[in-house]
Amino acid sequence: MLGKTAGGLFWMFRYLERAENTARMIDAGLRISLTRSSAAESEWTSILSSTGLRAAYHATHGTIDGPQIINFLLRDPANPGSILAGIETARENARLVRTALTREVWEAVNECYMVLKTTLAHPIDDRDLPRVLQIIRQRSAYVRGASHGTMVRNDMYNFARIGTFFERADNTARILDQKYYILLPSVRFVGSPSDNVQWETILRATSSTRAYQTLHEGENDPRAIARFLLLDRRLPRSLAFCYGKISENLGYLEHEYGTRHICHELVSNICEKFKADDMNAIFEYGLHEFIGDFLRDSASLGRQIEIDYRFSE
Amino acid sequence: MCTFGPMAKLPDFFDEMYGRGTEPRAPYEAYAKWFGGENNARLLEKSAEAEALFRLIGVTFNVYGDPDASERLIPFDLVPRIIAAQEWAKVARGIEQRVRALNAFLHDIYHRQEIVRAGRLPAEMLALNDAFLPEMIGMSPPGGIYTHIVGTDLVRTDDNEFYVLEDNARTPSGVSYMLENRETMLHMFPELFSKIRVQPVSQYPRSLRRSLSGCVPDACSGRPTLAVLTPGIHNSAYYEHAFLADQMSAELVEGHDLRVVDGRVAMRTTQGYHPIDVLYRRVDDDFLDPLTFNPDSMLGVPGIMDVYRAGGITIANAPGTGIADDKAIYSYMPDIVEFYTGEKAILNNVPTHRCSEPDALKYVLDNLAELVVKEVHGSGGYGMLVGPAASKKEISDFRKKLESNPDNYIAQPTLALSTVPILTEAGLAPRHVDLRPFVLVSPQGIEVTPGGLTRVALSEGSLVVNSSQGGGTKDTWVLEE
Repeated sequence: MLGKTAGGLFWMFRYLERAENTARMIDAGLRISLTRSSAAESEWTSILSSTGLRAAYHATHGTIDGPQIINFLLRDPANPGSILAGIETARENARLVRTALTREVWEAVNECYMVLKTTLAHPIDDRDLPRVLQIIRQRSAYVRGASHGTMVRNDMYNFARIGTFFERADNTARILDQKYYILLPSVRFVGSPSDNVQWETILRATSSTRAYQTLHEGENDPRAIARFLLLDRRLPRSLAFCYGKISENLGYLEHEYGTRHICHELVSNICEKFKADDMNAIFEYGLHEFIGDFLRDSASLGRQIEIDYRFSE
Repeated sequence: MCTFGPMAKLPDFFDEMYGRGTEPRAPYEAYAKWFGGENNARLLEKSAEAEALFRLIGVTFNVYGDPDASERLIPFDLVPRIIAAQEWAKVARGIEQRVRALNAFLHDIYHRQEIVRAGRLPAEMLALNDAFLPEMIGMSPPGGIYTHIVGTDLVRTDDNEFYVLEDNARTPSGVSYMLENRETMLHMFPELFSKIRVQPVSQYPRSLRRSLSGCVPDACSGRPTLAVLTPGIHNSAYYEHAFLADQMSAELVEGHDLRVVDGRVAMRTTQGYHPIDVLYRRVDDDFLDPLTFNPDSMLGVPGIMDVYRAGGITIANAPGTGIADDKAIYSYMPDIVEFYTGEKAILNNVPTHRCSEPDALKYVLDNLAELVVKEVHGSGGYGMLVGPAASKKEISDFRKKLESNPDNYIAQPTLALSTVPILTEAGLAPRHVDLRPFVLVSPQGIEVTPGGLTRVALSEGSLVVNSSQGGGTKDTWVLEE
């Protein structure tokens, strides 16, 4: 397959995953601003930082204002990182790699684009926001479902999956990077109302509230939440889960092509850090430092995959 | 119920469904019967359904210079154009003869130029023509084929009168619409196809693959690697490029995916550079190789012409084939057919006035209001004058253009183009059509796909069918014997 096609698939699925994650973060922010207006401003600031759009927002908008940020994240033409722009880029990539997609996958992504272009043509009223966020998650899920159900498990599929898990792990890590301090073994009284809300936001933003409650019998414990999002291989948004998958997908390519690249070393180094499954060691090393290291390692891996598989000249 | 009121307004044209009367012609009998039992409102709903389907599949074309309409649908009319088997047999024979002549002509003009020596074609027709590529002189393309893919534009004026309007021998487009139109009709009206036996077209991509694989270069060993070269996703026909690559399991490449490696043109894959044997290029000659042609081109591959001449790659269609569909050469086609096949041309040529000749120019200037005047190198319906449909001002503006550069134009009489009904709110209404059948040429033979792309002028009385000018398309049925 063409290097350009591999790159197009990787980025198409990254952009789809990112749009879906941004929708989750808006959902979490909305919940906080509805239930605890005093915490809203800092929550929105942290959401902007998690999405990497804080500077872009301040360059075009003055104050931190919920509805304005929601509009910015959803559809603001001034924001190249908006959900709408992301879906447009995903579809542009899909057109580029049209020959690598099944008809079902193409139609799912094309329809996702057509629906959101219409839905997000105008600012979204508060009342409609939950419905619109649901549409975004749903449309993105359709594409994933169509890929899962119809794509041949060859190199193309593996590049698509690498894009998905790479972006997902990156998003989970960015959320943790913003919120690491509330997950530290606290000197304060554990379980204060403020902490509870913060934890809930993290879980909502990663769509793992229910999963956490079920697996931990409703006990909100920051240590357990940190462990859950970093190391629990049962959670499809945890770093350990995503990197287990990326490692498999890159392993497939190594086997299929018969060539081991630098990216294979990099991914195995990253996976090594999750192997011990030891939260104590991570706290000892420093949670923030651990996540910071991970984000740097993951960025290097992304660059190396592009080089090793010749996405561009 | 059949409302065909507008017929009365256009008595001078041959309608392919109703002829010149009110009873359906033989090929349309079964369809007319089915249509009579249908309800117009349901058909209009079906029409909207077809449009949604095209939008979803992404069967769109890009319009240059219109960012808001950057991906537009070509309107699809769901009344098929129907051609009887024996009508088609004659057309197909005529096309095959013409395409055979075109390939012989191309070989000749790039070698001994017998046709010029014989005094049947003036030497300056080649010497002064930009479409004639000196780089191709003495070069024989793999398999001896110049035009692997041809789209012969035809119009019909009566029961047995077909005229060739143009021989598209460079990179004819539209075949994806032919295929998608049929798929859409099969999807929407399965019952029609069980009642009426229509010759299939779906074999086209396989035939294209086989046809291209029949012309591998010397350097090819084993199963040939095919690729489609597209200018990119912003090109007006990108959908078609992707569609064809997909359907014949070829890679879809752009210039920046390619480079010359070890004397071959190779594409950048995830595992390194891999040589291409046959390149179906949808990029014009001018942009093919910046080292040989337009030095600013980013769409081609530097050095591909050297590889081509050394037998390292097949380029389809061959560079320099444009000379054969040049509008000035067109006027010599009856001679060309006769010269190379020894037979009279089966299909008519439209009488053509070459404005480069003083007598012809005078005639054209005196009769502008009656004629169609085209640029010699133009395409897509741009820059042409349709005399009978033009305003006084348009005619006088065009007269100035023509006088200042007569060599650039040819003129033809306005033909009484046939009509085929389209579905409107008020029922059926006749609209002018043309036809582009698609022809594949390989050393094994010439294959004409039954039917082709019917283009239809959607506004009443209009003769301009080009999609860039608001024309639509129809499915084209050639009936089984």
